[in-house]
Amino acid sequence: MSRIGVFTCHCGENIAGTVDCPKVAELSRQIPGVVHSVDYKYMCSDPGQTLIKEAIKEHKLDGVVVAACSPRMHEPTFRKAAAEAGVNPYLCEMANLREHCSWVHEKNEATTQKAADLVRVMVEKVKHDTPLTPIKVPVTKTALVVGGGIAGIQTALDIANAGHQVVLVEKSPSIGGHMSQLSETFPTLDCSQCILTPRMVEAAQHPNIKLMTYSEVEKVDGFIGNFKVTVRKKAKKVDEKACTGCGLCVTKCPNKKIPDEFNEGLAFRPAIYVPFPQAVPNKPTIDTANCTYFKNGKCGVCSKVCPTGAIRYEQEDELITMDIGAIVMATGFKLMKTDKFPEYGYGKYKDVIDGMQFERLASASGPTAGVIKRPSDGKEPETVVFIACSGSRDRAKGVPYCSKICCMYTAKHTMLYKHKVHHGQAYVFYMDIRSAGKDYDEFVRRAIEEDEAKYIRGRVSRIYEEDGKLIVKGADTLMNGEPVEIKADMVVLATAVQSQDCSEDLAQTLHISYDKYGFFAEAHPKLRPVETNTAGIFLAGACQAPRDIPETVAQGSAAGAKVAALFSQDELTREPIVAVVNRQAPPLFSTCTGCFLCQTACPYQAIEQEEIKDRSGRVIKTVAKVNPGLCQGCGTCVAFCRTKAIDLAGFSNEQLFAELMTL
Amino acid sequence: MSSANHHESRPDTLAARVKAATGISLAQCYQCGKCAAGCPVSEEMDLTPCQVLRLLQYGQDKYDEKAMRSAGIWLCLSCETCSTRCPQEVEIPKIMDVVRAEALKRGIAHPKSKDILAFHRAFLDSVEQTGRLYEIGLVANYKLRSGHFMKDVMLAPKMYVRGKLGLLPHMIKGTAAVKRIFKRTLGSKG
Amino acid sequence: MRIGYYPGCSLLGSSREFDESVRAVCETIGLELVEVPDWNCCGASSAHVLDHELSVALPAKILAQAEAAGLTEVLAPCAACYSRLIGAYSELEKNPDHRAKVSEIIEMPYTGAVKVVNVLEVLERFADVIQAKAVQPFARKVACYYGCLLVRPPKVVNFDRPEDPQVMDQLAAKVGATPIDWPFKTECCGAAFSVTRTDLVAKLCGKIVDSAVKLQAEALVVACPMCHSNLDMRRPETNAALGKDLQIPVLFLTQVIGLAMGIEPKKLGIQRHMVPVAFNAPTGAQA
Ligand SMILES: Cc1cc2nc3c(=O)[nH]c(=O)nc-3n(C[C@H](O)[C@H](O)[C@H](O)COP(=O)(O)OP(=O)(O)OC[C@H]3O[C@@H](n4cnc5c(N)ncnc54)[C@H](O)[C@@H]3O)c2cc1C
Ligand code: SF4
Ligand code: SF4
Ligand code: SF4
Ligand code: SF4
Ligand code: SF4
Ligand code: SF4
Repeated sequence: MSRIGVFTCHCGENIAGTVDCPKVAELSRQIPGVVHSVDYKYMCSDPGQTLIKEAIKEHKLDGVVVAACSPRMHEPTFRKAAAEAGVNPYLCEMANLREHCSWVHEKNEATTQKAADLVRVMVEKVKHDTPLTPIKVPVTKTALVVGGGIAGIQTALDIANAGHQVVLVEKSPSIGGHMSQLSETFPTLDCSQCILTPRMVEAAQHPNIKLMTYSEVEKVDGFIGNFKVTVRKKAKKVDEKACTGCGLCVTKCPNKKIPDEFNEGLAFRPAIYVPFPQAVPNKPTIDTANCTYFKNGKCGVCSKVCPTGAIRYEQEDELITMDIGAIVMATGFKLMKTDKFPEYGYGKYKDVIDGMQFERLASASGPTAGVIKRPSDGKEPETVVFIACSGSRDRAKGVPYCSKICCMYTAKHTMLYKHKVHHGQAYVFYMDIRSAGKDYDEFVRRAIEEDEAKYIRGRVSRIYEEDGKLIVKGADTLMNGEPVEIKADMVVLATAVQSQDCSEDLAQTLHISYDKYGFFAEAHPKLRPVETNTAGIFLAGACQAPRDIPETVAQGSAAGAKVAALFSQDELTREPIVAVVNRQAPPLFSTCTGCFLCQTACPYQAIEQEEIKDRSGRVIKTVAKVNPGLCQGCGTCVAFCRTKAIDLAGFSNEQLFAELMTL
Repeated sequence: MSSANHHESRPDTLAARVKAATGISLAQCYQCGKCAAGCPVSEEMDLTPCQVLRLLQYGQDKYDEKAMRSAGIWLCLSCETCSTRCPQEVEIPKIMDVVRAEALKRGIAHPKSKDILAFHRAFLDSVEQTGRLYEIGLVANYKLRSGHFMKDVMLAPKMYVRGKLGLLPHMIKGTAAVKRIFKRTLGSKG
Repeated sequence: MRIGYYPGCSLLGSSREFDESVRAVCETIGLELVEVPDWNCCGASSAHVLDHELSVALPAKILAQAEAAGLTEVLAPCAACYSRLIGAYSELEKNPDHRAKVSEIIEMPYTGAVKVVNVLEVLERFADVIQAKAVQPFARKVACYYGCLLVRPPKVVNFDRPEDPQVMDQLAAKVGATPIDWPFKTECCGAAFSVTRTDLVAKLCGKIVDSAVKLQAEALVVACPMCHSNLDMRRPETNAALGKDLQIPVLFLTQVIGLAMGIEPKKLGIQRHMVPVAFNAPTGAQA
């Protein structure tokens, strides 16, 4: 006969306001096998826990039921207390009187009765509980960082500097991300390349960092500490080892009219290219979609001119599988394109550009060498209109959120413009100026007061071209909504920050959640901002939400610290709630008949085949075997097994039937 | 200035009426001015479309009345330029309809609405009587109602010559049914 | 092929030529128009100003008549009628209670079985036929003017794109015209204010006509009688407001197509326009 203790919690008024707790305690006392039952105001408090521990000792309890809140909330708390008093923690269970009872019912007899029933059920479960021991799994101390923008670079460097191995996977031919495209950065106006390039080089040269550019994550299996990741290394068609980066191929490629992504289509690049002069690695890639050789087998110029014979037209994508202990997602963002704006011409006006295009115009390394020239005819624009919140805070365009960075970069743009075109006039149409941050609002004031940007509070309804000018029709809501018309030479839309197109597929590959806009979801918006709901996978930078560089870097370092903390342990402890295939005495060995339905059903590939052999090594029977490291305890296999050969530790069929039979 | 809370729960505010009649919440409007910026007639309006909405957002009689008394609401052409571009999907023309109807009901419509109203009434008179629009009847009726007797007198002969004016009204068979529709909807309001 | 036809009041009176040209073109392309029996006025831009329920009931009555006549689709060439009909259709589609209430008001069952289409939508279906039959290409630069009601509100009409629409341009191109890319395709012309605020209409039309002429269009092409009468009949006031004498003619798209198909101009009502349909340059001079 068991000696079970029941501890009913009031949770202040949360439970006691609806459920008669002393009554529940009293009814519980009458359940066979229960030798002790009390109620108390706050069981989770220090005195509450002490009360449980002392009762265990005093009444020699061998099982505990805490009738309180959800096990999600406090199961670890009470199991720890039970263990401290000498009871196996898996013999301590919770009856959920709060979420399952007091919060969802009126105060009355029936509610108290339901609470008592819930306790009775859990007492039955405890009677059938067996002591379990947590599972230990080893940790592979190599991190995978996906995305080589400033977020990924920072994270990789921090983990590498903590002494761990990092694989940095970047989709494009170079690391650097959006930051490498920026001219100067708010709020200090330091040159983006100047502060970023040293970090890119450091990452590339760090002995603990393995850089994989032009690569993408293809498959992720396993679990925290023990992921198996397959990366597709796309063929650059250039042998990286043989190539010296001389650049001859790039100069000689006859196919030079391909819109240059790095310059946001404001310049052209050849089919074999290095995205920008400071690229890391600084070796070319053939864009096979645009290369003449790949289109019709002709050309081959690059191969002919290459002094080291590094061109490899026949090179294929490679799939590389590796063991990884932790993953950090740092895939960044994309900008909404100007063709998403019917009212601003569906992208058909060449001089209506987005913020990133303006960065390229203002950048010393850009297509105009930093001289502000408008795309249509190369003229210096004398009036430039900037439109904040373009597509952001716009539910009609599907982006109700604020993109967070554009108020600041728009102010920056007006400054850069004024510094380069002294007689020019910048207008900014805005709705609110969101410039919270150290030295941020001062920065915006400087744009207005010193660089004379004219801020007009109102949205722009329409832009059209007339007589070589862009007619911008806005309104000034600080002047009663009076219509304002500005004849501009160029218009810059601060378009919305959106999640990458690949983000949802990637999230599904990694089994992490994402919000309805495709940004990866953090585990808790306040307390766990760089973790995902999947243990061992972390987030950094703009892949989680729009962020500027300071925030991105802070988050990158935070994710790095989380990984380093994880890697500080040699093994991880996991809950022993896993499936087990039964074993019987010979000649049966197991009721498993080897149909392996369970193997196909398991969503985590946790079921293997095991051969049972006799002494001479002859195979007697092949049965299923669960790998406790991979099993997530979902129970799918249990439901599938026709001979009931599989059971879930802690939730056995027998236990669940016993629970139901008491009702 | 008194506080402006709870206005949509008070059933007698204009905002509440708008909500009841159209399902549109005035709180949706965040006063960006895009409607005023694109409205073809906002320059002629005493209150621009976004200002009308702003007044209604208060939920106070004083501001409701100001909106209803404005001349601007009578200039709205229902061209839907504003609603097509509004980032918050506010259907302004529908709101304008409600504000105008309320202004009429309370007898505080702006004097400048007289001609516009005269036209609409003359138009509907014609439809009520014959089931269809009788253009000559409409013009004559409008002149009577508005007092603009000389309006477009030069145009009529030109139109007649080009076969654009039918001298006799078209009576449809279902005239009586149409009359009953008017009775059940517009009722005594017209 | 057959389709329900709702001419609407303007097409019987001041915009007779639109009716004439629609009928002529449809006959040529082999589309039979079945007039909605004993149709009433849709309430145009007046009913909704005075009473919302009336503005839904009048169009609902028309659609109910069409339904009773076994029609499934009604072509409303007049953009104002189209807007009223499809507006009522979409409002009632969303709300079965409202449907029941309206059925009572109009004393007829209304189930929403009849779809409403505009003239561009219908002609688009026959684009290839039209192209094949265009024996005398209308080889002129044209400014296609859509106005408000064919494309807005986009959620209700769900036709073409709300800014810089294309369907009329494409159809005009099919019969040999060169549509210009211009910014005033959907700017409002002043619509129902023709009589009461002629000054406003003149101002709004001024921008439209002026822009078309500046961009060297030889004709304005429209698909709405209200737009037509504002741009054509109000030309004296428009010219006065502009301080110019612009004589660019305004044609219905169906007239342009009809002319290209070799239909006799008189049958298309070309002679009814206030601004004469005459061109300075011979055909194709600027194209
Ligand atoms: C116009 C403009 C001006 C700005 N100006 C400033 C400024 O002055 N100051 C400031 O603080 N901030 C500024 N910002 C913000 C700044 O760009 C971002 O904060 C920063 O780039 C975010 O870094 P990230 O690494 O998170 O993302 P990103 O820079 O977007 O980098 C993400 C990287 O991940 C890679 N990637 C994407 N998908 C995959 C995949 N599936 N697999 C592998 N790799 C992938 C991408 O190729 C990219 O290299 C500006 C932004 C814009 C748009
Ligand atoms: S020519 Fe050869 S070595 Fe030089 S950059 Fe090109 S591939 Fe590399
Ligand atoms: S083979 Fe392709 S990449 Fe090489 S030079 Fe020719 S076009 Fe350029
Ligand atoms: S940051 Fe500023 S410009 Fe960008 S969406 Fe937010 S409020 Fe608009
Ligand atoms: S419990 Fe779930 S995860 Fe574990 S072996 Fe069974 S099916 Fe796989
Ligand atoms: S455009 Fe919409 S949100 Fe903006 S002021 Fe007008 S109604 Fe309000
Ligand atoms: S619907 Fe009325 S308020 Fe809106 S843009 Fe047109 S005229 Fe202005």
